[in-house]
Amino acid sequence: MSTELDEAMAKVAALPAAERTKKMTIVVMSGDFDKLFGAFIIGTGGAAMGMEVTMFFTFWGLRAIRSNTKTGDTAFGKMLGAMYGGDISKSNPSHFSFFGMGRWMFGKMMGAHNVAKLTELRDLAVTLGIGLYPCQMSMDVMEMPQESFIDGVQPAVGVGFMLAEAEESAIQFFI
Amino acid sequence: MSDVTPDLELDLRGLLCPMPMVKISQNISKVPVGGVVRAVATDAGSMADIPAWAKSTGNEVLQAEKSGSEFVFLVKRVK
Repeated sequence: MSTELDEAMAKVAALPAAERTKKMTIVVMSGDFDKLFGAFIIGTGGAAMGMEVTMFFTFWGLRAIRSNTKTGDTAFGKMLGAMYGGDISKSNPSHFSFFGMGRWMFGKMMGAHNVAKLTELRDLAVTLGIGLYPCQMSMDVMEMPQESFIDGVQPAVGVGFMLAEAEESAIQFFI
Repeated sequence: MSDVTPDLELDLRGLLCPMPMVKISQNISKVPVGGVVRAVATDAGSMADIPAWAKSTGNEVLQAEKSGSEFVFLVKRVK
């Protein structure tokens, strides 16, 4: 291990327990495969390190907690549901998307390196007790009701709840 | 450190970040306080991650050693 890392960890360890807020908040706005990967690796890693982890899913990020159900009330909403439908396994990488080819290619490459699948990481997040919260406003705009989410997702909240959580957190991420 | 008898053996070979750390955190409570988990990983990143996890959670790494292409950890449950 590097000396810098050693020194940084020693500093953290030297702090009294009360000064170490073991809480982390992650806002997930992206629905991209690679960014969701990062979000769930950080989230499950934090939970493993004993942190209380809260993840907020807004706009495209809602895909991460969706099940494979049809959504949409209005014509636009139905079109969005049809064009951007599907659960977390339908997310495409932010680069090299190639109309789904990229997803397949990265899936193969990650499988070859034995990285946990994105769906597995998301389910692990539920198992580890990470709070998964959808954003009510995004749900309204995108016409995705609570019923379109997987089991284990918390009731919808707004920015106030998210900020109150973030305020108590030592670590915040926006992905 | 060969005089330490582990209470639990964990095979973390083939697992990549964050799984070695997640598995250790999920299994540390299976040994009593003062007990030792012996884990073998192949992820080079775990050489930094497992000691960091231990410091953050208040547990103790008795050994973090590279052995060929593997990384062997002895982790003591402190609380």
